Amino acid sequence: MNATRIEDYEQGTSLWRDAWIRLRKNRLAVIGGMTLIVVTLLCLLAPFVSPYGYEQQDLVLGAAGPSARHWLGTDVFGRDLLTRILYGGRISLMVGLIATGVALIIGVTWGAIAGYAGGRVDAVMMRFVDIVYALPFMIFVVLLMVVFGRNLLLLFLVIGAVEWLTMARIVRGQVQGLKQLEFIEAAVSLGLSGWTIIRRHLIPNAIGPVIVYTTLTIPSVMLLEAFISFLGLGIQPPQSSWGSLIAEGVETMEEFPWLLIFPGMALSLTLFALNFLGDGLRDALDVRTSRD
Amino acid sequence: MALLEVSHLSVSFHTRNGIARAVDDISFSLEQGQTLGIVGESGSGKSVCCYSLLGLIPRPPGRIDSGTAMFAGRDLLHCSEAELRRVRGDKIAMIFQDPMTSLNPFLRIGEQLIEPLVYHRGQSRDAARKQAIALLEEVGIRNPSQTIDCYPHEFSGGMRQRVMIAMALIAEPQLLIADEPTTALDVTVQRQILELINELRRKRNLAVIFISHDLGVVAGIADQVLVMKDGRMIEQGPVHSLFDNPADAYTRKLLAAIPRGAKSAADRSTNQDLLAVNDLTTRFNIIDHGKSSELIAVNSVSFRLRRGEVLGLVGESGSGKSTLGRSILNLIRPSSGSVCFDGEELVGRDNQQMKPLRRRMQMIFQDPYASLNPRMTIYDTLAEPMLLHGIASKTDVDQQVLKLMDDVGLARAYIRKYPHEFSGGQRQRIAIGRAIATRPEFVVADEPVSALDVTIQKQILELLLTLVERHNLSMLFISHDLAVVRHLCDRIMVMRAGQLLETAATELLWAAPAHEYTRTLLSSSQTELPEAR
Repeated sequence: MNATRIEDYEQGTSLWRDAWIRLRKNRLAVIGGMTLIVVTLLCLLAPFVSPYGYEQQDLVLGAAGPSARHWLGTDVFGRDLLTRILYGGRISLMVGLIATGVALIIGVTWGAIAGYAGGRVDAVMMRFVDIVYALPFMIFVVLLMVVFGRNLLLLFLVIGAVEWLTMARIVRGQVQGLKQLEFIEAAVSLGLSGWTIIRRHLIPNAIGPVIVYTTLTIPSVMLLEAFISFLGLGIQPPQSSWGSLIAEGVETMEEFPWLLIFPGMALSLTLFALNFLGDGLRDALDVRTSRD
Repeated sequence: MALLEVSHLSVSFHTRNGIARAVDDISFSLEQGQTLGIVGESGSGKSVCCYSLLGLIPRPPGRIDSGTAMFAGRDLLHCSEAELRRVRGDKIAMIFQDPMTSLNPFLRIGEQLIEPLVYHRGQSRDAARKQAIALLEEVGIRNPSQTIDCYPHEFSGGMRQRVMIAMALIAEPQLLIADEPTTALDVTVQRQILELINELRRKRNLAVIFISHDLGVVAGIADQVLVMKDGRMIEQGPVHSLFDNPADAYTRKLLAAIPRGAKSAADRSTNQDLLAVNDLTTRFNIIDHGKSSELIAVNSVSFRLRRGEVLGLVGESGSGKSTLGRSILNLIRPSSGSVCFDGEELVGRDNQQMKPLRRRMQMIFQDPYASLNPRMTIYDTLAEPMLLHGIASKTDVDQQVLKLMDDVGLARAYIRKYPHEFSGGQRQRIAIGRAIATRPEFVVADEPVSALDVTIQKQILELLLTLVERHNLSMLFISHDLAVVRHLCDRIMVMRAGQLLETAATELLWAAPAHEYTRTLLSSSQTELPEAR
């Protein structure tokens, strides 16, 4: 009882821990999470998983169906499809993570400032969001890609720049609601600065829905990348992403259907996993369902 | 024969975390024209007990384990859903705590009254409208032939509760169950609603079950009282004997917790002004349907607070008392006037300029569930202000936090727990700890006990008194509850519609209120013990 160090006292259950416990009980979400980890590891370890390089051709073989040597078959240039899917997954997952990260940083900062400041600052910042929202973004993306050339980094930034808008709106709404609560008023009356209040009191409490939305943004970003690559504006051969693989698969759909089916399955599997995880997170983090 | 005869009722809730006995072996009976008061703190099972009679508890997780409830010859606990529905619509009516959430905000109240008359009673619309107007008149709504076409939000809280009562009366019930019907209302309005229920009971020979956490209210209206705690019946009996000689220790504790009588601690006021407020005015711009109008929440208020004084501020909801408290601390920017704190002018300062003064003036909030950051441990919450204002350094902050926890009566073992792991009373202790962490000289306490159960209320009030003495605090204590204020304050200010009506030493105000409004407030808030009836 008379411990003098804080660490000696029993630790309480934080809301994060509470959510984690609930998430672990959700079987679908756990399966989703595991699938994601496995997929990510496989893609990262592609050189060790597969004996082939992604541009290594077997011209004698040409396009061949699944076999013992090439589990998922080969494409028209005789390249191993499994290998290309794994390498393509690196790009797709990276786009998903980096673009979402960009969206997250811009969106959370923008939304939190607008929501906390309120009044005129809020009005101006959110009208800007509205205006950007109104631009036909596909055209904007295509234009940028045409003007600046096909640059991977640019692809990430451009997609991130599309996705932060919704994030900003979500965070602003959260912050506006939280701002009414007395603990924010208490923080003001303690004399904390505006920035400290945003950082220590507002963002940690607003972050729950943001995490959920993030897991749902990653799939939409990956789809966007797939779409851009499908249009031929994203990844250049011989590099591949799932989107570009699917695009190639579509061209030869009738003769070599596996070239479309397997990349499509890889993308769908990942998206499913993300969605299940996102659902589980939403249930786990939602305070309304948490107090039973 | 009794109208309602409940025997050995037990209800439990089966959840993931185990079985909770919400109601445990409760028996009571109620005659026509009688009022039964059911009293208990939150979580005592008083509402569940009544809801289960009407089949209104969610099943599962709820389950009625045993018991019978004979009402007019049939057992409510064992009849079909269809039969129950008929009883609910016809014989037993309910009114709830918050009349706003029980009325459909999109329908005129007339429509809400007429509809059941037309559909269930088969009356013509004209006849139904006439009867609706008569009902509104009966529950004391002025000008019913016009107000019948208003929407719920156009009524005040008390008027809405009257509308709810009118709706409950449509079916001409024999039993009225009122679940905390006056808790959300101001004291003067509360008194009127109680009188209305009493009058209806007499006129219509109604049986009434009146659920409340407030012994004082129940004392004024009930014939029989049932005291509940943790689902069990503690004591039951006629109101007189229960109040005159409570048999059980818990009932005595409840009775003792009703704040009564004058302040026990000595008046520590000095002659030195700590706070001087002059002509303070706070206006809000309200934009309604595109038209901007101005609400004067605080209207040129002037007063002085002496060092060491506990100054009470009373008023009903909407009187501007909370706005005044926040304007003084510059949490809401006042529009004009002056607030002088220990010789320093506060009005017109921005947050940066306020910061050195923030340490010296703090606030305690009403709702301990909203006033603590749910993601921070007690340690983080209490250490933050200390580190910010340099009260403690990184090396001794741990010790300081532990000391502070002793000070506000929190066990040290809780230091790394999060707010959701605490009860309301403990949370309020944490919030009080945060307010005194900076060792302020002046604290604004905005209804710090009104969200708490009455026994907890008493403990928190005692804590506040102790702290005021130990740390030589001066306090502005805002409350709608006159009994609480009388118990705590040296002087009292009465506020209405943004203006101060009068200021007087506590006992002087009780003995000789100068203002008519103060007299009304005082007479409505007296805890009416049975001998006074």
